[in-house]
Amino acid sequence: MNTIETEVDVLVIGGGTAGPMAAVKAKQANPALRVLLLEKANVKRSGAISMGMDGLNNAVLPGHATPEQYVREITIANDGIVNQKTVMAYAANSHAMVEELDRWGVKFEKDETGDYAVKKVHHMGSYVLPMPEGHDIKKVLYRQLKRTRVEITNRLVATRLLTHEGPNGRVVAGAMAFDCRTADFHVIRAKSVVLACGAAGRLGLPASGYLFGTYENPTNAGDGYSMAYHAGAELSGIECFQINPLIKDYNGPACAYVTGPFGGYTTNAQGQRFIECDYWSGQMMWEFYRELQGGNGPVFLKLDHLAEETISQIETILHTNERPSRGRFHAGRGTDYRERMVEMHISEIGLCSGHSASGVWVNERAQTTVRGLHSAGDMACVPHNYMLGAFVYGKLAGESSAEFCATHDFAPVDAGQVAAERARVQAPLLRANGLPPSQVEFKLRRMVNDYLQPPKVTKKMEIGLERFEAIREDLGQLQARDPHELMRALEVHAIRDCAEMAARASLFRTESRWGLYHARVDHPETNDTDWRVHAQLHKAADGRMACFKRAIEPYIVPIDATDSSAYSRLRIPEAAEA
Amino acid sequence: MTTMTTPIRPQALTPSQVPVTVDADKCIAHKGCTVCVDVCPLDVLAIDLSKGTAYMKFDECWYCMPCEKDCPTGAVHVEIPYLLR
Repeated sequence: MNTIETEVDVLVIGGGTAGPMAAVKAKQANPALRVLLLEKANVKRSGAISMGMDGLNNAVLPGHATPEQYVREITIANDGIVNQKTVMAYAANSHAMVEELDRWGVKFEKDETGDYAVKKVHHMGSYVLPMPEGHDIKKVLYRQLKRTRVEITNRLVATRLLTHEGPNGRVVAGAMAFDCRTADFHVIRAKSVVLACGAAGRLGLPASGYLFGTYENPTNAGDGYSMAYHAGAELSGIECFQINPLIKDYNGPACAYVTGPFGGYTTNAQGQRFIECDYWSGQMMWEFYRELQGGNGPVFLKLDHLAEETISQIETILHTNERPSRGRFHAGRGTDYRERMVEMHISEIGLCSGHSASGVWVNERAQTTVRGLHSAGDMACVPHNYMLGAFVYGKLAGESSAEFCATHDFAPVDAGQVAAERARVQAPLLRANGLPPSQVEFKLRRMVNDYLQPPKVTKKMEIGLERFEAIREDLGQLQARDPHELMRALEVHAIRDCAEMAARASLFRTESRWGLYHARVDHPETNDTDWRVHAQLHKAADGRMACFKRAIEPYIVPIDATDSSAYSRLRIPEAAEA
Repeated sequence: MTTMTTPIRPQALTPSQVPVTVDADKCIAHKGCTVCVDVCPLDVLAIDLSKGTAYMKFDECWYCMPCEKDCPTGAVHVEIPYLLR
């Protein structure tokens, strides 16, 4: 295991959506900076949008929505627990980002006048902008990376950040990584770092039992959450899990957003609608769960009532963009949208602020609580941020990183941190016998299902914590036969950290909120008196995982009482007897 | 670390039908092509140097399809993994 040392000004970890944008924007802010984009897979096809994306879920475009309206909608959709300044920073930059992506060559749907063809899917406003030819988005990003001369390394798996205790508090000093082909160990010094490692998408175990049959790209194993945690950064809203309504077994999105504007919708087994709005929220998932529990399930995506040309158009969009293998899955089961509804199910849990709210705490400039460390995309806590939010926060993170470099030199590298991490990374390769990473991962993720899947039960979560502690011991027996398996072994470390975070944050918030995302059987009511606060999590001075409350900053966009319950009224009332 | 007192715990060979298959007649890995190996997010494909073709080395597939879409000769085919099919 060779050790390779590198030095750059800005280190961006994660080459999916937010990461490339951060790297490009840091370089544009100051072309003299050395900007390195470090990717675990290959930047050309990495991250959540590896094959493209079929639309923007949250575009805030003039003539269709205002930033204030969007901030109000997300505040309500996330049950009041938002730092509105961060949501506003997204909303205010949303239009300029769409325009820039448009100039770069991303194709958005436009009407006959050339205006963006925005659709209504959310409960209150209109924000969905289709991208029927969104399969090229990674190519567009790659072209910009080349044009701005961002340095790229592929197949390097970052495992820990380097930090230094400076006079003004903890500051980032770089990161450590290893090559999943050669197992070479890399120490990368940097003045500022952007963490953009995606969701913790390999947390719960899919019902299929297939470890990689996840909703999120399974490379996004929670590495970023784990790195931020061990660097001492604050995380927030971890208890607000990501749980999605997905195509059963395939575990990809059924895409009611895409089909909704064409007339598709979610139904129960009788073909009846039961929710007013298909926008993903905890409240919507709660109604979905109730429908399954109440004996009216399974839940389906209904398209069979639509005209042939509409269905063909839906097929083209759904089978060529985000998850193109979907058509193959349906063909294998004999599901033709013309004749049969698509069976849906509730996904296993994950952590993802792109969809819900769990992530690394950031301010409106994408800065974390560790100086010089930024975070953006699915892993940064800006609720319901989706792909466009990743781009906007990538931009903010890149610009802030460049600025940090202008006023800060390299922080010293702690040789002790390097030695300890090198030993941790190398250990599984040195063991002549031990536990296979796949087996430990299977057991860990099955325990996540058994003890953390909502509705959350206090006693079960406490037992879950005991099991995760036992698995911490097992990590010391992981054996890797080659560098590839070493990557899986270290991912198990990160998944275990995320499991513990999910349990501790959920136990901390002794109320129910966000519908199914944080439904606590022992605390069924929402308690605004004590819990209208952010629940934060960090590594305390004694090295233990600790939770604490952080007050919500005064709203910049007021919410009136009638609006605030809009997302609590998602269920369609039973038809009155005639 | 192995010591004299630690018994060796052997690992079983668990067979798995892999979702990604490569048509050996179409694959041009022997000419130096590594496109499918390069683009796989999970790094599960490899080149068999003795045969000069790509193959799926690890059954850790997201059935996401860059390998199939980006293959210059149409040699790669992605099936939904059996457990999900």
